Amino acid sequence: MKSAVIVFPGSNRDRDMIAALELISGQKPISVWHAETSLPKLDLIVLPGGFAYGDYLRTGAIAARANVMRAVTEAAEAGVAVLGVCNGFQILCEAGLLPGVLMRNSRLSFICRDVNLRVETTDSRFTSAYRKGEVFSTPVAHGEGNYRADDETLKRLAGEDRVAFRYVDGQGRTTDAANVNGSVDSIAGVLSEKRNVLGLMPHPENAVEPAQGGIGGRKMFESIVGKVLA
Amino acid sequence: MNAPVAITPALVAEHGLKPDEYERILKLIGREPTLTELGIFSAMWNEHCSYKSSKRWLRTLPTKGARVIYGPGENAGAVDIGDGQAVIFKMESHNHPSYIEPYQGAATGVGGILRDVFTMGARPIAAMNALFFGSPDHPKTRHLVSGVVGGVGGYGNSFGVPTVAGSVLFDRRYNGNILVNAFAAGIADTNAIFTSQAEGVGRPVVYLGSKTGRDGIHGATMASAAFGGADAEEKRPTVQVGDPFSEKLLLEACLELMASGAVIAIQDMGAAGLTSSAVEMGAKGDLGILLELDKVPTRETGMTAYEMMLSESQERMLMVLDPQREKDAEAIFRKWGLDFAVIGHTTDDLRFRLVHNGAEVANLPIKELGDQAPEYDRPRTDPVPAAPLDRASVPEPADYGEALVSLIGSPNMSSRRYVWEQYDHLVQGNTMQRPGGDAAVVRLPGTPKALAFTTDVTPRYCAADPFEGGKQAIAEAWRNLTAVGALPLAVTDNLNFGNPERPAVMGQFAAAIMGIGEACRALDFPVVSGNVSLYNETDGASIPPTPTIGGVGLLADAAAMATIAFKAEGEAILLVGKAGTHLGRSAYLAELLGRDEGAPPPVDLRAEKANGDFVRKLIADGRITACHDVSDGGLAIALAEMALAGSIGAAINPVPSADKLAWLFGEDQARYVVTAPQESVAGITEAASAAGIPVSSIGRTGGAELTCTGTFAVPLAKLRSAHENWFPDYMAGPA
Repeated sequence: MKSAVIVFPGSNRDRDMIAALELISGQKPISVWHAETSLPKLDLIVLPGGFAYGDYLRTGAIAARANVMRAVTEAAEAGVAVLGVCNGFQILCEAGLLPGVLMRNSRLSFICRDVNLRVETTDSRFTSAYRKGEVFSTPVAHGEGNYRADDETLKRLAGEDRVAFRYVDGQGRTTDAANVNGSVDSIAGVLSEKRNVLGLMPHPENAVEPAQGGIGGRKMFESIVGKVLA
Repeated sequence: MNAPVAITPALVAEHGLKPDEYERILKLIGREPTLTELGIFSAMWNEHCSYKSSKRWLRTLPTKGARVIYGPGENAGAVDIGDGQAVIFKMESHNHPSYIEPYQGAATGVGGILRDVFTMGARPIAAMNALFFGSPDHPKTRHLVSGVVGGVGGYGNSFGVPTVAGSVLFDRRYNGNILVNAFAAGIADTNAIFTSQAEGVGRPVVYLGSKTGRDGIHGATMASAAFGGADAEEKRPTVQVGDPFSEKLLLEACLELMASGAVIAIQDMGAAGLTSSAVEMGAKGDLGILLELDKVPTRETGMTAYEMMLSESQERMLMVLDPQREKDAEAIFRKWGLDFAVIGHTTDDLRFRLVHNGAEVANLPIKELGDQAPEYDRPRTDPVPAAPLDRASVPEPADYGEALVSLIGSPNMSSRRYVWEQYDHLVQGNTMQRPGGDAAVVRLPGTPKALAFTTDVTPRYCAADPFEGGKQAIAEAWRNLTAVGALPLAVTDNLNFGNPERPAVMGQFAAAIMGIGEACRALDFPVVSGNVSLYNETDGASIPPTPTIGGVGLLADAAAMATIAFKAEGEAILLVGKAGTHLGRSAYLAELLGRDEGAPPPVDLRAEKANGDFVRKLIADGRITACHDVSDGGLAIALAEMALAGSIGAAINPVPSADKLAWLFGEDQARYVVTAPQESVAGITEAASAAGIPVSSIGRTGGAELTCTGTFAVPLAKLRSAHENWFPDYMAGPA
């Protein structure tokens, strides 16, 4: 599997993502600097977590206009798998590759903790190794992960089975307490129309080894690797 | 020289220099200094940069050890951890700025300590912080907590270092002078550690990073003065503003540049900015430095030489480069979008010379600027240790269960989850033990090893007996590292005290240092870096002596790590160390009865070492399933924390002959609670008696309550809500 992790100035989970991809796929992804204008032929492109350009403007707003994003958009249109995690999700929304926006957490502060996610669809390259309805634990670490979209978009997302994950409690129920950042309908991750672009706030790359406190994120990478190798 | 400004006694005093110190300057340079030169002396000779009151005492600390590569005197200490790697770490205060402007003060404190670490070539892998606030009911406290926690998180989260441990303490004695102590640790290859020692004449001195502005001018001088009533508002312009994004770029650019082989010497611009960084590089390398200030990248026009030399703008570095590699170096910095400017060169005249607008504005002897700073053996009165507690004056609680719930839900014993969930403690993917345990554990990828980190000090002990308090801070750091299974390696000390010109404060300082030194020697736990923060007083009231200790330990086998959580029902609970007897200065007295009385628990360093070595071996051998040191709140709190962490209750049986209150809440030192499967108990107790270690079986795990036979039975749910709710409820109160 040939994969690339895009590095923006201010990305800070790029190395975590590289380590996770290498661990699960056995192949080290390439790092691509934000100023590049083209990409080699790839199976997977990842926009990692961090604070691209400091996120002093709207999160992801500047990164979405970086040189490399034109190539990322073209690759996405051509069907290459694109995964955006945390800041990467914010960038994908700003770039128009995914619908909706990420607002400030409803409790107004940065939050770093394990959350439970419920798998809402297995019909994607990122979720096929999970069972539908499966609940797994993975950490979040963000200040602006409160997903919002207009009613029509939400209806479409639901109708087209494009909500990938929801924040739930240990029993798999959506509750206000489990909805860590106040996202609409407890949405933690969404898919693009063609299902080849996934954005999510939690960090599956920090939950792939027991030493990290859990391996809930492992199946996401196994899904990607399995689909590509199959 | 520039247009002369009359150097009046008032101007000298405004620069924080005493008349005799000014005399010393006149004698040293043989003429009246220019204003710029006066500013330079003031920056180099203030307490913060010169350690003039503390040096005499700091010299008594043990700083060497088989693993120590660099002790105090560098940007941070460096300790060998095997396999060609070193851990590089330091802790530093940012107290005054954080009181004035809590968010930026704390943020730039974090930024400064991170720079100290990566200046040496180490990629930061962990951060911690120890925060000391005034009473929760003081009108400023909530605002300060909110700002400081926001600033620590805002900087570290964006930079991308996990903030893995720390402490938050409330005490009315910090009402007018909070403490913000920030720690950072990084990893470097032992053959690629960088220092500030310049080499070679005629080499370019290069300015890197952010531009220089008018912020933070005289920050170091401010850090060396006490607060008076209205000062805090007036001093706001001296607080710097942090930019973690620039710092992250600076980190990546510096590490890339270091790997390229172009860097000869490097020094970050921290306190006293361009002045102290340039002087340090020259003085250490026995070289002069000539700076052309017109080439300094500035944020605003018309900055004077004085302003440039004293600015404490953040995220800046000074380097001496290999001239042949200058172009490659510049390309790396341009790639990261950072300023790169050759602003001078090294010389052979041992002078520190500054040229601005075509004129020489300073010409000073470079070595004397640091070496000839005044040093004082200030008068001191030895502290009188507090008398023992009158035990008979402490009544039994009407309801032990209620007492336990109140204590675990008190301001100083409640969970700090509210705080550490605002810090990204997982970035980099190597955090094996998160905040809330005895020490944080961060694994070292590519090796079976991990490092453990803790910060410790008990100010109420230090106030009552600075010597024993100093010992205890070291012992507790050593114990916390041991409790996760780590071999304690070394410490960094962040010594926060009041005004050293007061003999009582100087006496506290000396006694605490003596205590720290004694414990470090006994536990083979050298001091490799540190920082002294004096003049922590407001309107004449000093803070309690607060020598914060940052401890670092090494786990040879990360997989053997211990945690505090009970693991299974029906396991044996063992107490390593003697039964509790000591209630003086306990959390029970302070938090529940509002009584700050008695002598603190004495630290028997021999028992500390023996018990700790025994526990560490139990962990390494996989013979115990959980471990927690006994500290604030005694045995009862230790057990409650273990039960809550594992969501498994316990039933314990007090020794019938014991003073039950002291058995439960006494804070005797050198103790641990461990659990083990029942079938392992005999082996452990045999090993203990062979080694002369007191170990007693005190109960077993299980159920959903914490029960003490004939004394109390409290549901875990009740303990949990008391423990978890205090902090968020408090912060939700009126701003």
